[in-house]
Amino acid sequence: MDFQSCVNIKKEWDIVGARQLGRDISKKIGFGTVDQARIATAISELARNIYLYAGTGKVCFETIENLNEKGLRIIAIDEGPGIRDVTQVMEDGFSTSGGLGAGLPGVKRLMDEFDVISRQGEGTEVNVVKWLR
Amino acid sequence: MSTLKLDLESYKDLLKQYIETQNEQALYRAEQFSKHSIQQNITPDEIINVHIEALLELYPDIPSNIQSSLNFLLETMISYGLAYQEYQALREKQLELQSEISVAANMQQTLLSTTKPEMSELDVGAISTPAKQMNGDYYHFVKDQEGSLGIAVADVIGKGVPAALCMSMIKYSMDSFPDSRMEPSVILEGMNRVVERNVDPSMFVTMFYGLYDPDTHEFNYSSAGHEPGFYYSAKNDSFHDIEAEGLVLGVDRSVKYEQYTQHLDVGDMVVLLTDGVTECRTGDRFIERDEISDVIHQYKHLSAQEITEQVYRHFERLQDFQLRDDFTMIILRREV
Ligand SMILES: Nc1ncnc2c1ncn2[C@@H]1O[C@H](COP(=O)(O)OP(=O)(O)O)[C@@H](O)[C@H]1O
Ligand SMILES: [Mg+2]
Repeated sequence: MDFQSCVNIKKEWDIVGARQLGRDISKKIGFGTVDQARIATAISELARNIYLYAGTGKVCFETIENLNEKGLRIIAIDEGPGIRDVTQVMEDGFSTSGGLGAGLPGVKRLMDEFDVISRQGEGTEVNVVKWLR
Repeated sequence: MSTLKLDLESYKDLLKQYIETQNEQALYRAEQFSKHSIQQNITPDEIINVHIEALLELYPDIPSNIQSSLNFLLETMISYGLAYQEYQALREKQLELQSEISVAANMQQTLLSTTKPEMSELDVGAISTPAKQMNGDYYHFVKDQEGSLGIAVADVIGKGVPAALCMSMIKYSMDSFPDSRMEPSVILEGMNRVVERNVDPSMFVTMFYGLYDPDTHEFNYSSAGHEPGFYYSAKNDSFHDIEAEGLVLGVDRSVKYEQYTQHLDVGDMVVLLTDGVTECRTGDRFIERDEISDVIHQYKHLSAQEITEQVYRHFERLQDFQLRDDFTMIILRREV
């Protein structure tokens, strides 16, 4: 895959960097203020999970385009411990942030497409897309 | 997520009207607008967004620092929007669960249903009401081949679904006993082994079994840690406790149950109950057992069934119509 750009996540501060880059690209694509804010929130959740659970990893951005739509793809990749039971994690109310509606289920709500590939001991890849409408 | 279109034009009109007049009518319409938005699952951040857009259309020259502050507000609302969506999803789930439980409760009712025996010698009344949807109490009548009436009352400590599941198992084991006459102690010993083998040790089941012989008018009974009932003597016009020793079911598989006998004269009553009756609370005070016998006494001119219903109504009211535990009461009165 050919990514426009990636931000390495090592320290908490890098979450801000990922948000910033994500917002800049969203603006360029033409997303409005609400969508920019939603995309930034999703990036925060993904980057914070890398920072908290995997230690290091990266968040990458790609502008995507098909015949009649433009969008943004975000991929968060790490080689951390992986998620044992993704189905369970995707249940509302499971996240340790309990009751804030955030976490991975929140990311799914904020974006239009959502996919997780995770192997225990190998790492996690979360792949999300937001379409410009 | 943005499939829901807030009506920007009408919001803009409303806002304009309010800014110009500051009247209550516009605020009332704002209230309607927000209710309507809630019905349409519109999140707070979307409202803020519409507000910003409307404001910019009405006042294109808003200073840029104010514009930035509005964007800042929008940003802070995104997480509220998520929390709100999660709340809605959980609410739907809860409704689903509730309807599942009510289906289960209906099934349980059918499963545990028992027919009240018609006997000229005995007037029988029974009531059993769950605190939540599902009942952790159980009672059952069986007439054996010799014409004696067996009465089982059981209570799973705990309530709701787990108690109800456990109760269904008790019911099936009871059904598997033969129709021939069985002594109360033998039945409890059998049930004790069933519970010991099949029920989680954290769950306790108490049970009372009584056998009424219409020829001798003897009531034989045993108890496995069950709430004591009452015996009412018509001759003395007085109540006393039906005491019986016995360990709760499922604790020790080799336990033996003592069996007791109470002779019934005409007009005498046996009252069996679960601790949902004795542990009724008014305020922070448990009721006294005397209060139960007093209420029964007050209605003793009625039929056994009517007495149980009156007692239930009395304590239901006393507890502000919020049962804390499943409530079961059975009354047997010798007629002839
Ligand atoms: N990148 C990751 N690597 C390993 N585990 C993860 C990762 N992301 C999430 N998890 C696991 O999934 C759980 C749920 O994550 P999330 O939905 O973001 O909620 P929260 O972070 O508030 O617990 C986390 O508690 C963590 O155990
Ligand atoms: Mg998280």
